[in-house]
Formats: sequence, C-alpha cells, structure tokens
Amino acid sequence: MSKAFLGTLAAVLLAAGPALAAGDMGAAAKQAVNPTAIAMFVAFVGLTLGITYWAAKRTRTASDFYTAGGGISGFQNGLAIAGDYMSAATLLGLSSMVYLTGFDGVAYIVSFFVGWPIILFLMAERLRNLGRFTFADIASYRLDQSRVRTFAAMGSLTVVCCYLVVQMVGAGQLIKLLFGLDYAVAVVLVGVLMVIYVTFGGMIATTWVQIIKACLMLGGGLLLLLLVLVQFGFSLESIAAKATAAHKAGVKIMGPGALLADPVSTVSMSLGLVFGTSALPHIMMRFFTVPNAKEARKSVFVASGLIGMFFLVVAILGMAAISIVGTDPKFFEGGVVGGKLMGGNNMPIMHLAQAMGGDLLLGFMSAVAFATILAVVAGLALAGASSIAHDLYARVICKGKATEAQEMRVSKLSSLALGVVGVVLGILFEKQNVAFLVGLTFGIAASANFPVLILSMYWKGLTTRGALWGGLAGLISAVTLVILSKTVWVAVIGYAQPIFPYEHPALFSMSLAFLVTIVVSKLDSSARAKAEIAAYEDQYVRSQTGIGAAAASAH
Amino acid sequence: MSDPVYQRVRQNPKFQVLVQKRGRLALVLSLIVLVSYYALMMAVAFAPDALRTPIGQGSAISIGFPIAAVIIVISWLLTGVYSYFANGEFEDLNNEIVAESER
Repeated sequence: MSKAFLGTLAAVLLAAGPALAAGDMGAAAKQAVNPTAIAMFVAFVGLTLGITYWAAKRTRTASDFYTAGGGISGFQNGLAIAGDYMSAATLLGLSSMVYLTGFDGVAYIVSFFVGWPIILFLMAERLRNLGRFTFADIASYRLDQSRVRTFAAMGSLTVVCCYLVVQMVGAGQLIKLLFGLDYAVAVVLVGVLMVIYVTFGGMIATTWVQIIKACLMLGGGLLLLLLVLVQFGFSLESIAAKATAAHKAGVKIMGPGALLADPVSTVSMSLGLVFGTSALPHIMMRFFTVPNAKEARKSVFVASGLIGMFFLVVAILGMAAISIVGTDPKFFEGGVVGGKLMGGNNMPIMHLAQAMGGDLLLGFMSAVAFATILAVVAGLALAGASSIAHDLYARVICKGKATEAQEMRVSKLSSLALGVVGVVLGILFEKQNVAFLVGLTFGIAASANFPVLILSMYWKGLTTRGALWGGLAGLISAVTLVILSKTVWVAVIGYAQPIFPYEHPALFSMSLAFLVTIVVSKLDSSARAKAEIAAYEDQYVRSQTGIGAAAASAH
Repeated sequence: MSDPVYQRVRQNPKFQVLVQKRGRLALVLSLIVLVSYYALMMAVAFAPDALRTPIGQGSAISIGFPIAAVIIVISWLLTGVYSYFANGEFEDLNNEIVAESER
C-alpha cells in the first residue's frame, strides 16, 4: 500500500468513523439480535422520552426552544459539549486508528484535541456576548441583515444536511451490525426519535439527551479501561510490550509511521478539523445555552477536561486492543488472525468490550454507540431548524415581524422536514460511499462559515461585500476540491487518479476564503462599508463586556 | 451615531486595561498550545526517530506517547488558567465597567 493511499485512508477513517463504517460494513452480515443491547437501548430511549415530556412543559418561548432559555449551567453545558464532540466517530474511529497504527493514531488524537483550548481563548466569550440563537446572528451583527444572514444560514443548513446524512448512514450500518435490525428500520427509528426530541423538547431535551449520553460514554470507557488495566496488572509498560509483540509492524508502532508522512495533508486535515469543528452550527449553538460569558468559559474548561480524559482513555484502549483483539481468532473473519476484522476496521473497541466483559459489556457499548448517534442528530436537527425558522423565516422573510408563536411553529415544521430529508437521503445513500460528505461538512464549515465568523468578531475592516465574496470563494473552492479529490473523483465518478491529492481541502479553501474576504473588503469603499466599519467599535465593546447581550437574550 | 453607553465604556480607562490584559493572556496561552502542538507535528514529519526513543532502558514505551499525553493535559490545564483569571480578576473588572457604564 502506498503512503499516499494510507494517508487518505487515515483521513477518511478519522473524520468519518461512521461513514467509513458504511463502506466497510456494507457487505458485513447482519448480526444476530443482541438482547442485552436492545434492552439497554430501550431503557435509554424510555428515559430520554421521559425527559422530553418533562422538557416539553418547560419549552414555551423561542428562547426556550433554541437555547433552553439560557438556563443551562456551565458544568451541564460542558458535559453536553463533550457529548457533542465525542461522537461515534471518536469512539470507534479513533480507537481503531490507534489499534491499526499505534503512535500515528495517538498523534491524530492530539490534533483533534488542541482545537478546544483555542476555541476558549479566542472565540467562546465573544460568541456568547454577541450571539443570541445562531451563528448567523454574529456574522450579520453589523453587516447587511438579509444578505449575510441568508448566506450564513444556507452555509449552516448545507453543513447540517451533509452531516445528518453521514450520521444516518452510519447509524443504519452500525445498528444493523450491532443490534441485528434492518438498515431501513434503524434509519427510520433514528429519524423518528430525533424529530420527537427536537419538536417537543427543543434545546432542553436535546441538552439532556447529550448529557446522559456523555455520562454513559465516559462511564463505559472508564469501566473498559479498568478491566483492561486489571488484565495487564495496571502496567502501561506491559500493554505497550504486548502490543509491539502482537502487531505486525512490531516496534514501529511506537513511533511515527506512514500515516503522517505527508505534512501538507496532515496540516490541511488538522485545520479543517479544528476550525471546521469550531464552526459547526450545532457546536456553536451550545454557547448560547448558558446565561453569560463566565458560564461559557466554565463550560469549555469542563468540556476539554472530559474530552481530553476520554481521548487518553481511547488511546490506551486502542493499544490494549492490539494484543487482546489482534491475536484472537474469534474476532477475525474465518478465524484468520491478521485477516479481515469481523464487522470491519471500526470494530476493535466493540470486540475489546466483548473480550473484557462478554455480551453484557458489548451490549452496553452498542447501546452507547446508538445513543451517541441519536444525540448528535438531535443537535444537528435543532441547529438546522433554528437556521430555517430564526434566520430565514423570522429575520429575512418576515424582517423580524413574525410573532414568536409563528416562529416556533416554523421551527417545529422545519425539524420535521429535516427528519424526513434525513431518513429519505439516509435510505437512498445506503449503498453509497458517503466519505465525501464528511469532507464537504468540515470543508464548508471551515471555509465558508469560519472565516466570516472570525473576521466579523476580530477584524474591523470586514464589509458585507467582503463577507459574501469571501464566503462564496470558500464554499466554491471547498466543494470543487472535494469533487476533485479521491472521495468523489475516484470513489464516486470512477477515474483512476484524483486531480486534488488530499482528502481535506481546508488548507487551500480556507486560505482562499480569508484572502478574498480581506481583499474585497479593503477594496470596498461604498458608504455602506464605511458605516459597517464604524459599527465595529460598538460591537467590540459588546463582544468584550457583554453589555447589551443580556438585554438581547431576555427579549 | 455610536450608542452613548458604548462610548462611555470606551472612554473608561478600565476597559482598555481589561481588553489589553485579557487579550494578552489569551494570545500567550494560544501560542503555548499551538507551538507545542506544531512542534510535535514537525517532529513527526522531520525527526521521527527522536520520537521513537524508549522512555527508559529496555522500555517498550517510546517518548512520543508521554509527549502526546502531556500536550493534551497541559492544554486542558491552560483552559483552567484562562478560566481562573477570566472568571476572577477580569470578571470583577468587567462588572465594574458595566456598573460604571450605567451611571
């Protein structure tokens, strides 16, 4: 296998645990029905539906619906952010990266993590002080309301839809494999539950689903870690020694290998992940659920502590899986050790759970994986519904004259519509390779949304014209580069060689978006541009002190 | 055309102090995180053998693993440092500024 191929393989694996699972597991046979997994999952669904019922009674205003009325504490929000970030891709994808490549996987884990402190230092409090419900609130704060808001809302919606389809396809494949349910049944089930959580319980229910899931995932991970440490006599040395003995690359797994050989690819991916993540609409929305900037900071501290701990646990589990799973014939197809892993390459942590705790622990971890997908799609649907109802309907179409009841009705209809779109596309894409949608999701978030967002907060000179041209440049270049890359050009269209050699476009498309935004803004000498530049001073004071933000969220 | 409240805040010397101090802290902490992370990635690209050095005589663990773990732990601790100052000293200063702007 060539280095370049390994590099792209890693990139896909990483960003797209569930997506890769789709390609990987497509051929895998349906598992036998696992009663423990189903019982635990039913318990989770029952509990979350109960919470939704409770939340529905507390969701009266638009602010309750979009942001839980700003009533989530910093600690709770930290748990929920951690829940948003620790997706099925993290649990399955990152542990399998470490299982397959050792140190390279660990280096990727670090790449995933370092975005968090940066989000806190540079973005969290300004986001909280300027925004109300959506990130378009901030991007259009001092720019042209209808045009910039429409663009930002469309950017959010595109990201939400792409990511929703990825999650749906991943969910269908994963559930088919772990629970023995039909693909279509699984997708419809996820869609229906998502719509129920969001339309009835809004942000309150979505947050609590996320919190419960984060606790389950951390609990499951720590339990598995404890069992593994007992097995190895609490010696990391012994885990490492057995791993080097068991892995076919031997001692090489302890150092950088082929996956990171290409720095351009690595940097492009890490930029896309770090800044794409920070511009994902459902993640940004979480900063509006806390009452003030102080709680927003606290929530990032809590979230990064939990995420960091979980990532370290995942790294140790991945290393342990090398010797436990990698030497046991029952986890390989046809019992050939070193051959094809049962259920595909994303399964090491599930096999590890079975090896350490039998069907009971496997059932528990399967239920956690399903719960994870449910929580993430609920967050996505809510973010999408707020873009449609708050940005497009209430602000752009009705020019702020819609009543709260009308806006709420539109947002509930939108989440229903997003549920239908998610289920239909999820079923249509069953046999497709959806890896390109992951590239698109992060590429568009990092190239079309992020530059406009960060410049609107930090750069006085940003104008409407600059934001629109720059955002458009980022959008078009990200989409074009993804089409020219291996995931579409080779995997979907069928050419032998990709024109664009990297999986993630961010290094190029994000730089282009920044460049175009700055140049066009500088050249813009219209009267509107002058007014927009002058308005930065007031925005700056508000972004730093929060004066005016409390009033805005009380309305 | 600027809102008088915001104008008052801008003229408050405490506002300049807040912005400068908090901005400098955020910048320094971001640099620590980014420099240590990109140092690791550069070592991966250009000095991979250095990262393969065992942590002790005959140990199977290479030095790359503790370095990666330390970067994660330190980045997290720095978010704690930032929150400690921003939610303590700077928050108090901010509250004073907000209170003074309302007079």
